[in-house]
Amino acid sequence: MTIAPRPNVSALKQVAVELRQTILRTIARAGSGHPGGSLSMVELLIGLYWYKLRHDPARPTWPDRDLFLLSKGHGCPALYAVLASRGYFPNEELLTLRRYPTRLQGHPERGSVPGVEIAAGSLGQGLSMANGIALADRLDGRARRIFCLMGDGEIQEGQVWEAAMTAHHHKLESVCAIIDANQLQQNGPVKEIQDIEPLAEKWRAFGWHAIEIDGHDLAQVLKAYDEAEMLKGKPQVIVARTVKGKGVSFMELNPAWHGVAPKPDELERALKELQAVSL
Amino acid sequence: MADKPTRDGFGEGLLELGKTHPNVVALSGDLEDSARAIWFKKQYPNRFFSVGIAEQDMIGTAAGLAIAGKIPFACSFSQFVTGKTLEQLRMAVCYQQLNVKVVGSHGGLSVGADGATAEALEELTVMRSLPHMTVVVPCDALEAKRATIASADYSGPVYLRLGRSPVPIMTKETDPFQIGRANVLRSGDDVTIVACGVMVYHALQAAEQLAKEDIQARVINVHTIKPIDRPALVAAAKETGAIVTAEEHTIVGGLGGAVAEVVVQTHPVPMRFVGVQDRFGTSGDPAELLKAFHLMPDDIVKAVKDVLKLKQSALGSRL
Repeated sequence: MTIAPRPNVSALKQVAVELRQTILRTIARAGSGHPGGSLSMVELLIGLYWYKLRHDPARPTWPDRDLFLLSKGHGCPALYAVLASRGYFPNEELLTLRRYPTRLQGHPERGSVPGVEIAAGSLGQGLSMANGIALADRLDGRARRIFCLMGDGEIQEGQVWEAAMTAHHHKLESVCAIIDANQLQQNGPVKEIQDIEPLAEKWRAFGWHAIEIDGHDLAQVLKAYDEAEMLKGKPQVIVARTVKGKGVSFMELNPAWHGVAPKPDELERALKELQAVSL
Repeated sequence: MADKPTRDGFGEGLLELGKTHPNVVALSGDLEDSARAIWFKKQYPNRFFSVGIAEQDMIGTAAGLAIAGKIPFACSFSQFVTGKTLEQLRMAVCYQQLNVKVVGSHGGLSVGADGATAEALEELTVMRSLPHMTVVVPCDALEAKRATIASADYSGPVYLRLGRSPVPIMTKETDPFQIGRANVLRSGDDVTIVACGVMVYHALQAAEQLAKEDIQARVINVHTIKPIDRPALVAAAKETGAIVTAEEHTIVGGLGGAVAEVVVQTHPVPMRFVGVQDRFGTSGDPAELLKAFHLMPDDIVKAVKDVLKLKQSALGSRL
């Protein structure tokens, strides 16, 4: 297999800044939402939607498209921002997030807007769906990749490990799990609520190929997606070490920003901080 | 015809679907032998997926298969395939309106010796409360086979409840069968007995007994609990003035509840519920258990007499 040339990372860094600003504006406008876990997954989504994913915003139901399944549904402001930015729906619609009647549900509804492939919000369910799609694709001779993004707190759900065993047992090489290991969950650090380490070793013990990276280093993210794609015979997991609330100093690694919208002055400060980084 | 469990009818139906519907696939959590999906597995090994003893993952995997255009039948014991998986059935299957068929064998007390933990007695209530879910309880093996085949062509989630113990075949190939359409098996104008599953046979026997006492009972086989056949129930209420429901299931919110929801809002008449009285099952011979839990024809007869007294006093008070 040949791998396409990787895009210029510095251009993508600017995309990351803009996405983070959009995420915070939409959550602030909605008055509620999950900024911390949305900010931590930005580079992981960029690596897919600006590089690895075979997709076409003009044909969102193209049968042979690669699939991105967001399992950590509370991170949907990031997905919505990415989809709008790629042209799946108008940017202005982002301002309807969480407001009745809207297509942009607080946690994603399957097919509500083009590009949203599954419902999520009840944690731990995306990987099973990824496996089911991969099994169907194998029967149909359809060659495509299925990516499933989970949170580190999320993988405390037992269903994730049931699915991990299923993917291994059926040798689902088209499945690539991504863990946004942002270190925090709603009530505190993951290691205090219920420790899930050693992450990569756990997945390896379950028969997966594990790649551990800095999930904010775009060069590492792009390289990890390439490495995963080249691997045959087993499912792959990218353990992405990230920072919850990434990019905004007062949100970073602060559990208080799991599920709270920024107030106008906080939004202002956050946008300025992000802008300063991009200059 | 010899008695046969409804799970066998499902197994035969699934096997037939293997031939006629290339998109039909099956999954099981290590209970494909009990649920009779093993016949399909042997014939179509590449279309059968074992997921281990992991029902939640099985339902999620089935949802994925459905997203990719398959018609998955996910099989296990009724209790496990609905009980452990409620959250998966709710979000991954029903909220996403996916074409997943959930198949529960060993529904009700007819599990017998295995006892309470495997005897599903509440799942019809829970399943029918889920938006978009269709709930079907076949009364014999032939109806189970036809329900299985019909469910493949019926868009959206379906829960199919099957039994372990052999039951007499009382339906015929020539009978109409349509999901959502109840079948009147016996006509009568004094009272209506509405039943599903194994209780349909008991309802027919009860009606025989009542006929000897000159009470003409209408017997309706409500094989589809959701969407329920409202016109058939409203007609029964209007034309017979009293209803007894009979189910191998708790009386809390199952068939009895579904019928009552229609009747009290359209044409209220006295009702009685024959079913399990808000308790768990226990070990024993299935026939013995049906007696101990008051699910026999005699129990239906008694309920009919009770409800007829209410009907009479209601009529009397109107005079």
